[in-house]
Amino acid sequence: MATTQLSHLQALESEAIHIMREVAAEFEKPVLLFSGGKDSAVMLRIAEKAFWPARIPFPVMHVDTGHNFPEAIEFRDKRVAETGVNLVVASVQESIDKGRVVEETGPRASRNRLQTVTLLDAITEHGFDAVFGGGRRDEEKARAKERVYSFRDEFGQWDPKNQRPELWNLYNGRHRKGEHIRVFPLSNWTELDVWQYVADDEVELPSIYYAHRREVFRRDGMLLAVSPFVTVMEGEEPEELMVRFRTVGDASCTGAVESTATDVQTVIAEIAASRLTERGETRADDRISEAGMEDRKREGYF
Amino acid sequence: MEMLRFATAGSVDDGKSTLIGRLLLETKQIFEDQLEAVERTSRDKGFDYTNLALLTDGLRAEREQGITIDVAYRYFATPRRKFIIADTPGHTQYTRNMVTGASTADLALVLVDARKGVLEQSKRHAVIASLLQVKHLVLCVNKMDLVDYDEARFDEICDEFTDFAAKLDIDDLTFIPMSALHGDNVVQHSPNTPWYEGPTLLHHLEHVYIGSDRNLIDARFPVQYVVRPMSHDHHDYRGYAGQVASGMFRPGEEVLVLPSGFTTTIEGIDEFGGSVEQAYPPMSVNIRLADNLDVSRGDMFARPNNSPIVTQDVDAMVCWFVDRPLQAGQIFGIKHTTRTARARVQELNYRLDVNTLHRDDAQQSLAMNDVGRISLRTTVPLFVDEYRRNRVTGSFILVDEGTFETVGAGMILAASSG
Repeated sequence: MATTQLSHLQALESEAIHIMREVAAEFEKPVLLFSGGKDSAVMLRIAEKAFWPARIPFPVMHVDTGHNFPEAIEFRDKRVAETGVNLVVASVQESIDKGRVVEETGPRASRNRLQTVTLLDAITEHGFDAVFGGGRRDEEKARAKERVYSFRDEFGQWDPKNQRPELWNLYNGRHRKGEHIRVFPLSNWTELDVWQYVADDEVELPSIYYAHRREVFRRDGMLLAVSPFVTVMEGEEPEELMVRFRTVGDASCTGAVESTATDVQTVIAEIAASRLTERGETRADDRISEAGMEDRKREGYF
Repeated sequence: MEMLRFATAGSVDDGKSTLIGRLLLETKQIFEDQLEAVERTSRDKGFDYTNLALLTDGLRAEREQGITIDVAYRYFATPRRKFIIADTPGHTQYTRNMVTGASTADLALVLVDARKGVLEQSKRHAVIASLLQVKHLVLCVNKMDLVDYDEARFDEICDEFTDFAAKLDIDDLTFIPMSALHGDNVVQHSPNTPWYEGPTLLHHLEHVYIGSDRNLIDARFPVQYVVRPMSHDHHDYRGYAGQVASGMFRPGEEVLVLPSGFTTTIEGIDEFGGSVEQAYPPMSVNIRLADNLDVSRGDMFARPNNSPIVTQDVDAMVCWFVDRPLQAGQIFGIKHTTRTARARVQELNYRLDVNTLHRDDAQQSLAMNDVGRISLRTTVPLFVDEYRRNRVTGSFILVDEGTFETVGAGMILAASSG
């Protein structure tokens, strides 16, 4: 007799498809955040599956800090062409040029926090009422309390103490004009789940997720890539190492890890053996304070 | 690998966060940077031991006040299973939080302090688990180290809880003596309890049989979305997308389409890129029908000889979440499967005291965190089953039409057709 039991990955995929279809059915103008990172690559793949054989019935949006890894942009454009989905680019550089935000200065300057303004402006400008993000609850303590449907007020703010209870698979997406819902279909996935899915489903990722030789330097215990977007300070010595990235964010604050994993199976083996969380190891932006993520999320961050 | 979802309940002092911290630590889900951060904070605050609760209390206000505010979800895996923990705080908003956590749980962990025994709140947690039809319940008798690992004390607590649980609807009840702080019987059998021959907590979580908890009998498929590509390659394709709520669906079988009442056959069941031979819960698929019928979101596929009750009148147990009281005559938005409608509270039958199971029929309203039985009249027919038989077609949420908040959750007891 054929099995009637889904594996954990199949169950997670089915849950994510269900969530995407709910949003497509109940919202007027959803959009999927797509950075070219692995979580958004998985999201786009699941969106393809959820609506097949029709096309994905909403656009994707890239909040572009201008500090990109070229491999990620190349990958973004390739997937957009393959799926036939519309791409909206919301540019942090434009926000700076228009005077909406002021760029940080100094060698540690990052555009990470500026993205929030650009994102919220784009949501308003396009009238998006549901915004899919690839956030997972295992990433960080504040995220562990976030709903699948996460309500944002007219300022884009998240109020962690006043969230709607979420029961069964009955999601409440009701909102007023100007408010929106962030939707996290991968809420119940872990980093390892994402990688196993990438392996099982042969999801393509930007090449920087696999080990390659790159010029890097050490700062605050992380390996940062030498790029036009970071200033190498005195005493920091660039060297060429075999590295891979565990997340793909702003190139000025996303660190690499030393690695020899050149394909998905060896990456999984490394992650399974890893003793550091993905964000703790490679995201300078989360290290600001113990409540780094919570504070940014309240302001409307991803 | 299978997935098991469980909810944990207990009050601030029962050691629940410590137990979860212990499970995560011993299954190596806590990473070095997280552990270091917690050790550092514990030292800074002058604690004698590493406060594992700091691992789970994520919000600033929680750390400041030393309390857990909201349901938090945690993940860990062993080679046998992936686990999702819904960690529900015991003190404020307890009913709302536990109901939320239990709604998707296969199993509930209820913690009691071995010194204090079965308190009112332990009973309350068991009642809520039973109300939400969580099939498996584990009573973790924690802090055994503080009663010298006394077998008689453990037996006494088990007996008292067993007596109480006899009044509830719980299929499977397990008792484990433990100390979360020291790790006794959490992952490793403890040398301190040689008299205990049962499984450790982790062993139980890994092996408890949940395969028959799903309803594979009653075929129910709420239509979620209609897939119509309108493209050159798939010109006439029309697939009804949804997640199988219960039962099995196969191509060639007859289905009854609700509310129209037409009968047709399943032409094919599709997943991305191809067709499948059968669909079972919780698969997300597209179902294609042999006949061209008018079917849209909120409709349901069932079987001609096994269908849900089609009704506008529903009796349900409802949990109330907000401080505005629930009263007869009020109107709410209702979401049931993929159907949304409006519902009027016809009658509040009684308020259930979740500590004593006493039914108070003199109450005129339900306050926040109350549970009670109500009758609803809906604007359009719903396709319902009893919650005991079907968690998907037996559940609904109520939404305030002014604030859009989720104000209540309901479990259908009975429905009259027509």
